[in-house]
Amino acid sequence: MRKDRRNFLKKLGVASLFGIGSAGALDQYFKKTVYAELFKEDGLKENTTRWGMVIDMTKCEEGCTACIDACHFQHNVPEISGKKEEVKWIWKEAYKNAFPSKSHPFTKEETQKDPVLTLCNHCKNPPCVRVCPTKATFKREDGIVMMDFHRCIGCRFCMAGCPYGSRSFNFKDPRPFIKKINPDFPTREKGVVEKCNFCAERLAKGQAPACQSACNNRSIVFGNLGDPNSEIRRVLMTQNTLQRKTELGTDPSVFYIF
Amino acid sequence: MSWKTLSREKEKMNDLFKIVIGLVLFFGLFSIPFWAGSSSGGNGPEIVVKEGTEACVESKEFMRPNHMHLLDQWRDSVVRDNDRVYTNASGKHFEKSLTKTCLNCHSNKEEFCDRCHDYMGVKPYCWSCHLSSEEQI
Amino acid sequence: MIEKAFVGNRNYWVWIFFLLILITVGFVSYMIQLDIGLSVTGMSRDVTWGVYIAQFTFLVGVAASAVMLVIPYYLHNYKKFGKIVILGEFLAVSAVLMCMLFVFVDMGKPMRVLNVILYPTPNSILFWDMTVLSGYLVLNVLCGWVVLSAEHKGVQPPKWIKPFIYLSIPWAVSIHTVTAFLYAGLPGRHLWLTAILAPRFLASAFAAGPALLVLLSLLLKKLVGFDAGKEAIEKLTTIILYAAIINFFFVAMEFFTAFYSNIPGHEHGLAYLFFGLEGHHNLVPWMWFSLIIGIGSVVIFLIPKLRQNQSLLIVACLSIFLSLWIDKGIGLVLGGFVPSPLESVTEYSPSLIEILITLGIWAIGAFVLTVLYKIAISVKNQNT
Repeated sequence: MRKDRRNFLKKLGVASLFGIGSAGALDQYFKKTVYAELFKEDGLKENTTRWGMVIDMTKCEEGCTACIDACHFQHNVPEISGKKEEVKWIWKEAYKNAFPSKSHPFTKEETQKDPVLTLCNHCKNPPCVRVCPTKATFKREDGIVMMDFHRCIGCRFCMAGCPYGSRSFNFKDPRPFIKKINPDFPTREKGVVEKCNFCAERLAKGQAPACQSACNNRSIVFGNLGDPNSEIRRVLMTQNTLQRKTELGTDPSVFYIF
Repeated sequence: MSWKTLSREKEKMNDLFKIVIGLVLFFGLFSIPFWAGSSSGGNGPEIVVKEGTEACVESKEFMRPNHMHLLDQWRDSVVRDNDRVYTNASGKHFEKSLTKTCLNCHSNKEEFCDRCHDYMGVKPYCWSCHLSSEEQI
Repeated sequence: MIEKAFVGNRNYWVWIFFLLILITVGFVSYMIQLDIGLSVTGMSRDVTWGVYIAQFTFLVGVAASAVMLVIPYYLHNYKKFGKIVILGEFLAVSAVLMCMLFVFVDMGKPMRVLNVILYPTPNSILFWDMTVLSGYLVLNVLCGWVVLSAEHKGVQPPKWIKPFIYLSIPWAVSIHTVTAFLYAGLPGRHLWLTAILAPRFLASAFAAGPALLVLLSLLLKKLVGFDAGKEAIEKLTTIILYAAIINFFFVAMEFFTAFYSNIPGHEHGLAYLFFGLEGHHNLVPWMWFSLIIGIGSVVIFLIPKLRQNQSLLIVACLSIFLSLWIDKGIGLVLGGFVPSPLESVTEYSPSLIEILITLGIWAIGAFVLTVLYKIAISVKNQNT
């Protein structure tokens, strides 16, 4: 950080001292600094990688589960019925549940009605990584919040820490609940936590995440937030987007268009 | 020496005898795995590798005692460092993958992995998550 | 000294065997849990911690409360606590052991427990909790045992033990502070996200722990004629009184901030606990029961005429202990998971296996406590 902000505060102080800073100019300045901070800080220089995703809910088809099915097959996610022990990497959630602080009684009808696609946000400041006692959950240099299933001790501290409910625990052996096993990806043992990995195994081969590939409506844009010329950056520059629970300081890498 | 101390000495002797018997029994029982196993053949089980395959990522002499360490290293570097390519001693490249690289040649898990692991009495838990070729079909 | 635990009257052995049976049942239940997975518990994707972690949290407080005897005795030279300091220290030993067991049985992959040490992670509060808890266990075993051995031999305790005793004082505060930090540092869990969580934990601990000690002292007097002394009990009562008042004051603070600010996230947890949320009110009767008996016991402790009546004193100690056990051991941990991050209410109740395992661990704690108290009291009695 924090040089930019410090400079900004300094300038703010000087400006108010002389009574010259018009609100507009400061606002402009602040926006620029924050924007730059978002993409440059934390060792993330321009042209380094921070994977991110924009989900365009205006294009997402109601009732379609293509992305969910593709992801859950790709990663051998068991299909356990009932809320108690279900495992999910990507799923649909009512708008008021996914965006509790942004939902209000007069929300646009289709926004209110159509469930939102939710998954791990691969936060820039992930609380799950902060609380994990064994580094079984960690953040890669490219921003992906990964899980090492070999190391997880199943304490579920990360599940208490995640403010998005993006993590699932294997309360029992998941194998019997996988309808069709994908031989290219391991299953899990009972007793470990799991979640979306932004298809790290596909990215390694230069493939797009399974959910994006499966979507026929092009409602998912995946790309490098660190590359100013990437499609995802272009979308973010031109459209109004939201992150979930920004007030918690986690800085999600998943953005939404409504 | 009075009669009393004499008997006490004698008691001590008796104790000594008991202690020796106890020790012999203890060590005898505890060394069972060594002398019971010594009679059964020392050549190890016969293991099967698919016909007409190329050489392993490293030499047989290296792999036999070190494959578990190599796999351990692989899994850490793939999962944690996103480093998926292994370069062996002679400069050849391989994908660091148990199921894709190893099982390609060692396709018969029962006759290769299990036979030796059973013989050694080790129970690796690789297979509770990773799929052997048989399960893949 | 350990030999003193092997001689006892019929009641002693009946009690020991009763505990061993509970321990066996708990162990068998744990084997089932280990085999099938945490599916056998009542925990769920939304309520990921249940009765195990709740017991752990509560018992850290009981362990920390030993300091309420150590401070007056060693720092203020309050000699009246001379006979019961050891009871406090040994209670801490048994409580910390239970804490560790409760965390262990809560793990999905207990065979990997050493990963916490193999890959030390200082940014995780759980790493620090493990560190301070094991340190506190060692300190209390050491201080308790060395001082008791000296008494056994009829000599003064060695000088080198003093620094360890003094160290155990801030250490006791640290174990409960760190345990509070497990909760208080999580974004999005509003019930826990409060700066007074650690102070509140300490206040409730310093009421519940000494209340248990009073009960144990009175029980020992009845069973084996070990008299802690009237003044010691009265002093403990005073400690319980003020700690309890501070605790309820803190609870009131939480209510004010949540409901006056009218911020939904802050209100929901307390609303769920005390009034029910979206038609879910499993814990409402528990919480009101806890509050009523808690305040009732404060009244008894406050009025000299009432607290000097021994039966009422017992009722008051039982009430405050139970009240705080519900408050911290049930309400706080479970309440934090409601509503879930996705704003849904999932209720939790422990399964039979979970309860049997919990009882088994309490039995292990009681077993360790019985043996340690047996030794301590045999030594104390030999000198009188």
